[in-house]
Amino acid sequence: AGPDPLITEVQEWASGLGDGVDATPYGLPISYESDVIRRNVEWLTADTISSINFTPIHALDGTITPQGCAFERHHSGAIELKKEDYRLMINGLVDTPLVFSYADLERFPRENRVYFCECAANSGMEWAGAQLNGAQFTHGMIHNMEYSGVSLRTLLEEAGLDAAGDLKDKWVYVEGADASSNGRSIPMDKALDDVLVAFKANGEALRKEHGYPVRLVVPGWEGNMWVKWLRRIEVTNGPVESREETSKYTDTLADGTSRKWTWEMDAKSVVTSPSPQSPITHGKGPLVITGLAWSGRGHITGVDVSIDGGKTWNEARLAAPGTDKALTRFYLDIDWDGQEMFLQSRARDSSGYVQPTKTQLRDVRGLNSIYHNNSIQTWWVKANGEAENVEVS
Amino acid sequence: MSKFPNLIAATAVATALAVPAYAEKFGLGRPALPEEIAAWNQDVSPDGTGLPEGSGDVFTGEEIFAEQCAVCHGDFAEGVGNWPKLAGGADTLDHEDPLKTVGSYWPHLSTTWDYVNRSMPFGAAQTLEPDEVYAIVAYILYSNDLVDDEFTLSNENFLDVEMPNADGFIVDDRLTSEAHFWTDTPCMENCKDSVEITMRAAVLDVTPDETGEVPPAETGEAVVEEAKAEEPAAAEPVEEVAALDPELVADGEKVFKKCKSCHQVGDKAKNKTGPVLNGIVGHAAGAVEGFRYSKAMKSANEDGLVWTEEELSAFLAKPKKYMKKTKMSFAGLKKDDDIEAVIAYLKSFGG
Repeated sequence: AGPDPLITEVQEWASGLGDGVDATPYGLPISYESDVIRRNVEWLTADTISSINFTPIHALDGTITPQGCAFERHHSGAIELKKEDYRLMINGLVDTPLVFSYADLERFPRENRVYFCECAANSGMEWAGAQLNGAQFTHGMIHNMEYSGVSLRTLLEEAGLDAAGDLKDKWVYVEGADASSNGRSIPMDKALDDVLVAFKANGEALRKEHGYPVRLVVPGWEGNMWVKWLRRIEVTNGPVESREETSKYTDTLADGTSRKWTWEMDAKSVVTSPSPQSPITHGKGPLVITGLAWSGRGHITGVDVSIDGGKTWNEARLAAPGTDKALTRFYLDIDWDGQEMFLQSRARDSSGYVQPTKTQLRDVRGLNSIYHNNSIQTWWVKANGEAENVEVS
Repeated sequence: MSKFPNLIAATAVATALAVPAYAEKFGLGRPALPEEIAAWNQDVSPDGTGLPEGSGDVFTGEEIFAEQCAVCHGDFAEGVGNWPKLAGGADTLDHEDPLKTVGSYWPHLSTTWDYVNRSMPFGAAQTLEPDEVYAIVAYILYSNDLVDDEFTLSNENFLDVEMPNADGFIVDDRLTSEAHFWTDTPCMENCKDSVEITMRAAVLDVTPDETGEVPPAETGEAVVEEAKAEEPAAAEPVEEVAALDPELVADGEKVFKKCKSCHQVGDKAKNKTGPVLNGIVGHAAGAVEGFRYSKAMKSANEDGLVWTEEELSAFLAKPKKYMKKTKMSFAGLKKDDDIEAVIAYLKSFGG
């Protein structure tokens, strides 16, 4: 090959002028990145208003998910609720039922924490077998953001919990302001532990689709509990057993019994690249294998990667030490021989849990679960660099 | 040298003063008024806490269900398309692909009442009266063969209803039933002899097409351009199309969000829960090809009803008042401005 004209010839951008400041007062990604977007699987639900889309995790790196491509899940559509019209009520077994405005919330001591939010149905379409061809679709119901807000404990104590008596068997019921009235019951010990009433994510206001102006953050627990457009917190004697904690977000076992209150998200990981939407395009030689790992029970202590479908495992390099209930980025840098690979990753967390295979999960839970599929994913990377979602023996 | 330790000491004191003692109150917010609590504190618990007084029978429930619910859930609660089935599925929970309905799966009747009351109908939530909710829930029980057609549900007999799957749930037991997933020594080498592909996603081929082409954002401008392009084909008089106010069309697009759960417009529009609305303004009522209309809409068509702006305005203001028994389970647009805007928007989708 001769000299590269991109180097030897003066290019237009090296001669003319680019945009001035203020060309985009709030910037969006450059047009060349227009494929890095949330995507929907149309056949999954009856309508986009009560549906879910997926984070393009195959195309992202690091751990923080930009808000603009972080998955959305709505039950009655993303509403537009002004800060001025926002009210948060605390009622039930409290000393003084209170109403807060948005401005009130801003005056409580604030916390900043990074947490992942994973829909309990993430990977749910994969229970019966490999189905969707891409990490975005198999594992994209997850995002990871830095939240700023007030601890729920602070607000509950402001209303006073003496009226609740012994807190051990008490609950809080949290409810959103949209038409779905999504509500979930949370045991008091979790409510007083690490739950946040958040109004900023990644430094800026929450996006409409994530519950602007205020959402609940329930670290490590299924995303459905992270109530958006949070409008009411009720201290109760028992769980409300709402639709979202009985008919949905329960896990039916092979014998027809169903588990309820399966709140924690089990440790899980996935190789985000190479993967079906992110094939190898450079041939053999140095290859960066990377992915994400997380656990709702603590922090990631290690990730193992296999390129031979689980016969042998190598410990991956964590980009940074795992942190509590947040995404951890891992890398395995290899010299690819150009042969096909069966790529897998296996997460381990601080509770001693090791991410199971799909066979192991099915042995316990059968095939009728919808939620909480945290099994090991396999990508069949072919010699030409393309990858496919498969299951292996 | 001497200044330094003093400075640290001073800072420490200041910090201690700035941090409030444990559980000290900030005095923020205001007491919630009883009327406010009553307005929002609507949730109903399994023991009946929160249920208002009232009652409704199966017969009344069937009528309300046909009007308000059947468009998505079917006349017999059997579900339409991907919308939830509310009846059937008895004894399927241990089968492959169990059918989970109110009858086969939901453990507490309070959940159904609470959900219908606070979250339904879809697109017109919190518009039902307690007696209507009792009647709808009675009908759902009837459609699941759990009560007979003479049944009346009320706050008095609510707890007497037995839900078939009431005992079908256990509290999360992963820590014990899956205790073997907690292992100190995961296998690293020679973990299995062979690796064979047992299932391929490509065989199913259900992954959405991903070309990387993003559809252009639907701004008001784009809509107007589209309208202009379609001008010659539009059935409306030319001057009226030309008179479309871009701002009004853009406002109408926002209002149309309320309609989008059931209706589509544009090139790729298909009949969904409601018919395609391209060219609907000025078009005969009940005449979109391939859509299954209610009897009421069919007979309006036979009577020669045309969706002029006047007729459409009246329909959109109060659909059920305008046409009793229409399948459209939408409460109506309260503001005249919204109606005007959404009609302008619909006009931009010519014919």
